[in-house]
Amino acid sequence: MATENPGTNCLLRDGDGNDYTDLKVYQKAGGYAKLKERLTMSRDDLREEVVKANLRGRGGAGFPAGVKWGFLPKDTDKPVYLVINADEGEPGTFKDRYFLQKDPHRLLEGCILSSYAIRSNACYIYTRGEFYDEIQTIDKAIADLYEAGLLGKNILGTGYDLDIYQHPGAGAYICGEETALLESLEGKAGQPRMKPPFPAIVGLFGCPTIVNNVETIAAVPVILDMGGDNFAALGTERNGGTKLFGISGHVKKPGLYELPMGFNMKKFIYEVAGGTLDDRPLKAVIPGGSSCPMLTPDEIDIAMDFDSLKTVGSMLGTGGAIVICEPTSMIDVILRISRFYSHESCGQCTPCREGTGWLYRLIKGFKDGTARPGDIDTLYNAAEHIDGHTICALGPAAAWPVQSVVRKFRHEFEAAIQNGGLAETA
Amino acid sequence: MPFEFSKEMEARFAKVLEKYPAEHKKAALIPALYLVQEQHGYLTIDGMKYIAGRLDISASEVLNTATFYTLLRKEPHGRFHLQVCTNVSCFLRGSDDLIRMIRDKCGIGPGEMSDDRRFSCEEVQCLAACGTAPVVQVNWDYHEKLTTESFSTLLEELQSREISAPEGA
Repeated sequence: MATENPGTNCLLRDGDGNDYTDLKVYQKAGGYAKLKERLTMSRDDLREEVVKANLRGRGGAGFPAGVKWGFLPKDTDKPVYLVINADEGEPGTFKDRYFLQKDPHRLLEGCILSSYAIRSNACYIYTRGEFYDEIQTIDKAIADLYEAGLLGKNILGTGYDLDIYQHPGAGAYICGEETALLESLEGKAGQPRMKPPFPAIVGLFGCPTIVNNVETIAAVPVILDMGGDNFAALGTERNGGTKLFGISGHVKKPGLYELPMGFNMKKFIYEVAGGTLDDRPLKAVIPGGSSCPMLTPDEIDIAMDFDSLKTVGSMLGTGGAIVICEPTSMIDVILRISRFYSHESCGQCTPCREGTGWLYRLIKGFKDGTARPGDIDTLYNAAEHIDGHTICALGPAAAWPVQSVVRKFRHEFEAAIQNGGLAETA
Repeated sequence: MPFEFSKEMEARFAKVLEKYPAEHKKAALIPALYLVQEQHGYLTIDGMKYIAGRLDISASEVLNTATFYTLLRKEPHGRFHLQVCTNVSCFLRGSDDLIRMIRDKCGIGPGEMSDDRRFSCEEVQCLAACGTAPVVQVNWDYHEKLTTESFSTLLEELQSREISAPEGA
């Protein structure tokens, strides 16, 4: 993992030689130092700091975290749950794994503070099953906290009780969707629920529930340490703070970097990540995970935040950029992506279940040389008919990248028809 | 053959149950199935029926969940299960070369198992390690930033490693 850090060192601190999986090391660096004080402050004040921080959900949707917490019912006799989405799996994304692997207490301290803020006494961390080692790391960190009296009944004599449990996923991308995650946590197949009701009203076990991403919650102790206003000031006006940005594919220095929100994408690729691999000409960039519409080289001089990327018809997503250089065929790229969504569709909604497979087979036709002239439009239309016709965002996530490739690289599809498919790529 | 938890698994199952409200025991289903898998290597119908009984749910509920998730295995794998990510970032960094190498060295392709059951291979979706692509997960272990050289060395090492009983996990 890359350690170079042109932003501020708020979130990413591997490479400083410390093993933060060790509770004592984490505490020595200031971790949990003010926990007792914070667990006695007013819950509204604590939430207010997070609101002020302009912390927008780091799972990809960018919804302001503090505001989301405010959707919980004010008076409820049911238990309230905090659920952490650690089901990281959007292709191009590898940021949450950093906390799970190297700085688990950042996440856990965030869990304690956030649970307190939302009046929850039980928190579940839903970690993807492939993260076997990370699951052990988190389990050990949780056990260390109980032993140190930082979890359980009456934490540090504050009268606040909290249990944190980890729950393993079992290999299904869809469980990163918050309601599918809740279904999975309840032992069922991970099929998204109709919304409303939103999880804040009817969530886990029918109780009010907040689902937040790992990076979102790991930022909470950082925000309280520096103050919400100061955290917000690190970013742009509507996008507070710094964020972990990943970069993979054809760059010289792929890896994870902490950058202020709004950092320029071109600078990210050419300066921070050292430029393209072997200085090959840039062809396309997927800005933040495979579901984001692709950008062409003339579109990348842009601020990486939730609002700016919308202006070029794409999204910040998870902030995991994938860089694609010549001579890669965009048909090969979109084939991988469409196969992924077809494989991961939960099968609940017909347009997605049938449509994602159809997209994949059509694109495969261009590769194999069986595509006919009308297939380019058929492909675009099929994607159009998925978008907006499904319960969850997997449908649109499958449709958008396909549409962007057809729009921006139509000539490659035309050439594939003319040439009878793609030549075997290296 | 009827399945039941070993003493060790029984103790771990009890710990799993503690995580969930007593009236929502079904939440323990995925962790419980992992325990069956760890003990037996994969999920049998008997193993799934056993868990249905332990969680007071129907066998069909267990099957519904078990068949939804790729990590819940309904058949045995090789001793070394090579899970090659071939999604975008790994593809861009040469994952297809790794698949070719598995064919050459182990004689199997995705979805296949070698005759001696030492190796099985599967193309998997994103393993969330794109910055260190290409990535192969062998059983639970991640191998990152692979090159054809380092992967070749890894396969040779696995080829010559002494093995006893099939690994459960």
